[in-house]
Amino acid sequence: MKGWIGKILRVNLTKGEWKAEELDKNLAAKFIGGRGLGSKILYDEIDPKVDPFSPNNKLIMASGPLTGTSASASGRYMVITKSPLTGTIASSNSGGHFGAELKYAGFDLIVIEGKARDPLYLFIEDGKAELRDAKHIWGKTTHEATDQILSETDMDAKVACIGPAGEKLVRFACIINDKHRAAGRSGMGAVMGSKNLKALAVKGSGSVIVANKEAFRKATLDGFQKVKASAVTSQGLPTYGTAVLINVINQHGILPTKNFQEGVFEGAEKISGETMADEILIRNRACFSCPIACGRVTKVTNPRYEYSGEGPEYGSDWALGACCGVDNLEAIGKANYLCDTLGLDPISAGVTIACAMELFDKGIITAKEVGRSLYFGDADAVVEMIRATGYREGLGNLLAEGSYRLAEKSGHPEYSMSVKKQEFPAYDGRGVQGMGLQYATSNRGACHVRGYLISPEILGVPQKLDPFETEEKAGWVKTFQDLTAVVDSAGLCLFNTFAFGGPEILDYLKAATGIEISLDEMMEAGERIWNLERVFNLEAGLTGKDDRLPDRIIKEPMPSGPAKGKVVELDKMLPEYYSLRGWDNEGVPTKEKLKELGL
Amino acid sequence: MNKKISVYPEKCTGCRLCELGCSFKKTGEFNPTSARVRVSIFGEEAFYTPIVCAQCDEAWCLKACPSGAISQDYGARVVTIDREKCVGCRMCTLACPFGTITYFAPEGKAIKCDECDGQPECVLFCPTGALKYEEESTPARLKRIETARTLQSSAKEVLS
Repeated sequence: MKGWIGKILRVNLTKGEWKAEELDKNLAAKFIGGRGLGSKILYDEIDPKVDPFSPNNKLIMASGPLTGTSASASGRYMVITKSPLTGTIASSNSGGHFGAELKYAGFDLIVIEGKARDPLYLFIEDGKAELRDAKHIWGKTTHEATDQILSETDMDAKVACIGPAGEKLVRFACIINDKHRAAGRSGMGAVMGSKNLKALAVKGSGSVIVANKEAFRKATLDGFQKVKASAVTSQGLPTYGTAVLINVINQHGILPTKNFQEGVFEGAEKISGETMADEILIRNRACFSCPIACGRVTKVTNPRYEYSGEGPEYGSDWALGACCGVDNLEAIGKANYLCDTLGLDPISAGVTIACAMELFDKGIITAKEVGRSLYFGDADAVVEMIRATGYREGLGNLLAEGSYRLAEKSGHPEYSMSVKKQEFPAYDGRGVQGMGLQYATSNRGACHVRGYLISPEILGVPQKLDPFETEEKAGWVKTFQDLTAVVDSAGLCLFNTFAFGGPEILDYLKAATGIEISLDEMMEAGERIWNLERVFNLEAGLTGKDDRLPDRIIKEPMPSGPAKGKVVELDKMLPEYYSLRGWDNEGVPTKEKLKELGL
Repeated sequence: MNKKISVYPEKCTGCRLCELGCSFKKTGEFNPTSARVRVSIFGEEAFYTPIVCAQCDEAWCLKACPSGAISQDYGARVVTIDREKCVGCRMCTLACPFGTITYFAPEGKAIKCDECDGQPECVLFCPTGALKYEEESTPARLKRIETARTLQSSAKEVLS
């Protein structure tokens, strides 16, 4: 096989055994790799109704055929499992160096089964695996654990691990690799924690081989040129990081503020990427094989919020900042750093804290219950609550369940800003109709990286669409969702799509794998992956009724700003979306559609 | 004119595309352990830099090589390994003070940068200009200009 290594590592934690298996060539061609292939294996091997924390759930780490090559920003891997936050199939993407090293170590995917009796970590080196005792690092932060494992294995190994949050089954715990990169959303780290698996370390000296060397080199150099030619990838992202969006999104009136009560944040400038560059940024940093380098190495010396680390990204900056009404960048940096070290998804964490703040504001929960006041804008409250959530202490034990379970328990689920129980990311759908539809239909609940409609609706890439318009958005959403499934499966970073699209990705894939497919066939693979995830969710017990948005987003008009008076007009778009997808009125894929896709 | 690969660490982002370009050109495969240029990354210190052979005038590796596999092209001023003559004894790797000549196990040979006959692939793949192939006096000249600029602005401050 070319592009792919051709090997799967299967680890059974209950039995303490591992074996290398051949990767099914036809399956790889059909589902590409990464998210697609991982989802297919998960679907085939587990009961979709399984309790996500049961040993019968599996955790899959999957690289793509482009991972480890010189394709632009192609060092990605995905983690696929049934999510304890949403109850859906979920996959989370991460960069850094772990994914590429996995392939050099001789595997495309790792399938983790069962549950270890005592904490373990997995060391993978050149086609071999070893389960090692992790009792001495259980309870440690992601950074402490990473350093310890590097000292015990190989200084050049790449480590993916969980922090205390994953161990304590915080429903939105993430997996952190290379200390600062996260398979962030949907609780991947909690599933890993439920298996008593603290970490994976990989080290490899093998090769990734592509089918057509000349064509691959040409595609690589063309990709670099396109990244250079795009202002987003050559200037905005490397200079200001993803938080370059804070001002842009705020100017469009869709920067969710104080738990989505408003769409314009007064303190936006203070937490913007521009301010970050002035005040806390040391310099940028790239993931493996990335010519963009959007990462932020930052440092705060103020003893109150002192840290030295990376981030915040736009999503965490917003969630821990604007969404909680906080405009103190140093505090946001610190809270984000704690999310990294404790192993928390800062988006779900921030939005859950914002939900608690609104419940507090409305007198539904009291200072006596919380142990402190929780006013919007209180930076110290955010920092404290992040820590409490990571360790499940005090109110943190409830926050650890996510905003939906928190709000429901308080008798007011309407204050949870979530879809399928996963918290919204940093764009209020009321001012971006396509994004609103995408949130409602995303297979892992509210998510911006299942179809980034902000790109056409706000940034004008590949073309500018009217964000308030609902017409034709269903088609755009479908195309974006399918293409994103391809990107996530190939091993590419989604940010590449600011610079190039389907044809260029097709060039990479054909040159890497040697499989001659057309653009339509590639997009169909994306559609196949999307439908497979959908089928999993339906079998897990979800229905079309779960394709909905909180009342605030569909019934309460945006109170002020450029998007004033708008709601997401979901009813106008959803039926068209179902129809374009070849699904019935209830959102169930028809037999014909599944047959057409070979499912 | 004497062109050399020069390194500007302040421009490096740690992406390792130089390693990929190098290994692909030299072996036809993507494998950082076969790359003649390697990147060191000190994450939280925000320092990353490629390390590549300086092509020493008095090459330690050459002097250490017992099989006469290493030679110096005085025209291009590049130190190269004759694969046929290399016996894989690793003496060169012990002698090199920079770690830029390494033993590549799959081939049983020493490997090092030869500047790709004047068209270094790592430079082509570097997205930020952290690696350049340029007149070897250029980095020093740029630093002198920088120094002069500093002098200029301090002079302005004093005079104003």
